[in-house]
Amino acid sequence: MFERHYQFVDRAGAVVLRGCGVVSASVVLLIVGFLMWKAWPAATEIGLLHFVGDTGWHPTEGAFSLVAMALATVAVTLGAVLLAAPLGVASAAFTRFYAPRWVAGVYRRGVEVLAGIPSVVFGFWGLVTLVPLIARWGGGAGASLLAAVCVLTLMILPTIALLSETALGAVSGDSQRGAAALGLGKWAMLRRVLLPAALPGLASAVLLAAMRAVGETMAVLMVAGNVVRLPGNPLAPVRVLTANIALEMGYAYGPHRAALFLSGVLLLGLVAGGVLLADLLGRRERQAVRRG
Amino acid sequence: MPPPPKALEAPWPTVSHVADRVAAGVAWTVALGVAAVLLWIVWGLLRGATDGEWGGWEWWEWIAQKPQKLGVQGGIGPVLVSTMMILAVCLGAALPLGLGTAVLLTETGATRGDARLARLVRRSLDVLAGVPSIVFGLFGSVLFCEVMGMGFSIKAGGLTLACMVLPIFIRAAEEGLRAVPETWRHGAAALGLSRAATLRRVVLPAALPGLMVGLVLGMGRALAETAALLFTAGTVLRMPGSLNDSGRALSVHIYELSMFVNGGEPAAYRSAMVLVGILLVINMLAAGVGRLGVRV
Amino acid sequence: MNVWRLGWLGVLLATLVGCGEASGVHVVLTGSSTMAPLVQAAAQRYELEHLEVRIDVQTGGSSRGIADVAKGLSEVGMTSRALKEQEKAGLTQHVLARDGVAFVVHESNGVEGLTREQAKAIFVGTVTNWREVGGADAPIVVVNRPEGRSELDLVSVFWGVKPSALKADVIGGENQQAVKLVVGNPNAIVYLSMGTAAYEKSAGTPIKLLNLDGVAASVKTLLDGTYPLGRPLVLVTGGKTGAAARDFLDYLLSSEVDGLIEEGSFVVPQR
Repeated sequence: MFERHYQFVDRAGAVVLRGCGVVSASVVLLIVGFLMWKAWPAATEIGLLHFVGDTGWHPTEGAFSLVAMALATVAVTLGAVLLAAPLGVASAAFTRFYAPRWVAGVYRRGVEVLAGIPSVVFGFWGLVTLVPLIARWGGGAGASLLAAVCVLTLMILPTIALLSETALGAVSGDSQRGAAALGLGKWAMLRRVLLPAALPGLASAVLLAAMRAVGETMAVLMVAGNVVRLPGNPLAPVRVLTANIALEMGYAYGPHRAALFLSGVLLLGLVAGGVLLADLLGRRERQAVRRG
Repeated sequence: MPPPPKALEAPWPTVSHVADRVAAGVAWTVALGVAAVLLWIVWGLLRGATDGEWGGWEWWEWIAQKPQKLGVQGGIGPVLVSTMMILAVCLGAALPLGLGTAVLLTETGATRGDARLARLVRRSLDVLAGVPSIVFGLFGSVLFCEVMGMGFSIKAGGLTLACMVLPIFIRAAEEGLRAVPETWRHGAAALGLSRAATLRRVVLPAALPGLMVGLVLGMGRALAETAALLFTAGTVLRMPGSLNDSGRALSVHIYELSMFVNGGEPAAYRSAMVLVGILLVINMLAAGVGRLGVRV
Repeated sequence: MNVWRLGWLGVLLATLVGCGEASGVHVVLTGSSTMAPLVQAAAQRYELEHLEVRIDVQTGGSSRGIADVAKGLSEVGMTSRALKEQEKAGLTQHVLARDGVAFVVHESNGVEGLTREQAKAIFVGTVTNWREVGGADAPIVVVNRPEGRSELDLVSVFWGVKPSALKADVIGGENQQAVKLVVGNPNAIVYLSMGTAAYEKSAGTPIKLLNLDGVAASVKTLLDGTYPLGRPLVLVTGGKTGAAARDFLDYLLSSEVDGLIEEGSFVVPQR
């Protein structure tokens, strides 16, 4: 009799659990579905060609080019990654190989604090500190591509530093002892043995950070000036795709709104693809370590 | 990692020796630079927050005050209440769902169907974890505000955030559950406990620290979020009467004050300090609880 | 700690949240952020007398305000310009107050006024230095407003150009942000709600309202019609406007809000 009760409870439990799993898994599908649904008029009423072929972004006049904003997103992300990747990897090497133990501990805690600062606070800090600084040195309004790159660099640096440290940690050990046995110095060991071995992990870290930069909204919105224009002059303002959604959702209706959802779909596809790729890289590295 | 034995290093200066020095110098410089920037940020925020003497109040008085003049004067009472309500809705929805999913991922999987479901769930959660927050905002504003008719409301904001913290919570909970040794489950089974009872009496209590880490990390992510709330919970700066009212979260308050409100900086500094303070405490909690993990 | 019980709790909570009772009556107004503070202040007074009513004011620009009422998403729209011909179908306009669009610079700026053509030249980018319009030798930082805001519509009609012809160094969304940008940059120029600007100035904010075509930007010139960039602040109603909303509308259009209108540096309309 007890047995039967148990079975019932177990079976009911399993149903509840599967239900939870299905709901959790379907959130992503819901997101994709609803975004596509709302972006659909952009394809039918406006036509997808307009999003690359129009001159400029003037939704009230029927010009819907996303090119300038997409390029701005690329420029801002590229700038931040180019700055943060070497800094992050160097900082990981510092904590693993160069710093005395207690310094590494304190420093790591500091990087974690940096990682824990919310993006709106980064944006605010950039707005009150960096933007006036840039305005004083470079002239103009200060809110610019450069300001966005600087703030984003600070935001993704902890991601790269912490993940790179893990990646370096995964490949040290045996290969490190081997290198030491060959009489290699720290730098030679890093350059010839550890960094190449950790490359997939480092690439995964940088890719994840880049995706974070692409998807970041608030910090960029607050310091980039948000004028739609092709990126070029680092002291000139730009508007990225995420900022455009945040700025105009409140005003938008009709095809304009559909266009914003379309840019949302674009971001989602880009970032989800990148994250999956980063995951794959990370997994391959773990497998390689296990085999090695 | 044991340090390389000293004797193997070349005793005379070589090219590689010089390169070593340079590399070490670069590493130290980078680290000092990063540390300096961190101090610059923290110091700037602290100075800005303490400059205006919290509008004539002690900080704990200021926190509970009603905001006036778009938040330039007065405190952040309603903002904190809205934030907590949004957080409560978020956790209320994400915790049961996330816990159920985490248990599904770790405790079942005997049947092929369950294993397949688990793989699917994991893959979709990986993608979910990478979705930009503004996209969550778009999604929430359609599903919760429009389709489900909630309008700009704390409910809609909280549920949007729930979708966002789901992967974070599940991942941490999964790790906590996996840390419970398999032998405990076998022991419980040998004692004739049902799987439900095993879960309830043995596995979950043992996995509690992991679950708490997940909870705390999720809270941190939810509190830090701004973009997903702009079009879901809205920006109304007044005391919410129910979950159906629009409410301004602390992070949104900082954004509004610093971008749109003339003379809003002092209040934005103070709000930022409060937010960063809460998040620091939460992160320390997560680190502390994480260390309590199962030891066998 | 029971998963099952927790699960049920979750289901229960979800149901509760899903069926959350709408307590009392909710009136939603959307649109112009110029009008939002005024309407919000009136709403607070109104709520004191009508405890069962809760009034939510959401800003989103004038065009959105009109579109929301037309689609039935909100009961009353706020728009800080008169409706265009193609927008009028099925909607009714009620003038809440009068306002203008003023060109605003930092207090320390040497320029006192601009002609219509000078202002246009600055905003289309043919004049880029304050020296060219009688000011100091400094580059002009042009602050434009986002599409969907009535100020942009009004000035582009005023100059006879398309909104896309205007160049900008920064985009300033809400009026408050526009003021903030000018306060933060002595070389900036922006156009915004005259009422908001005048109110800010009277509160001690270091800004200056420029004369336009030799006419001072003030309540007086708005009233006598000599200021060239006047506009009505309009409440829009449509088919979905309910009884509670109509009652609040009547309150807004009554003389009881005159004090609030004047406090906001807007002009009370002739009723």
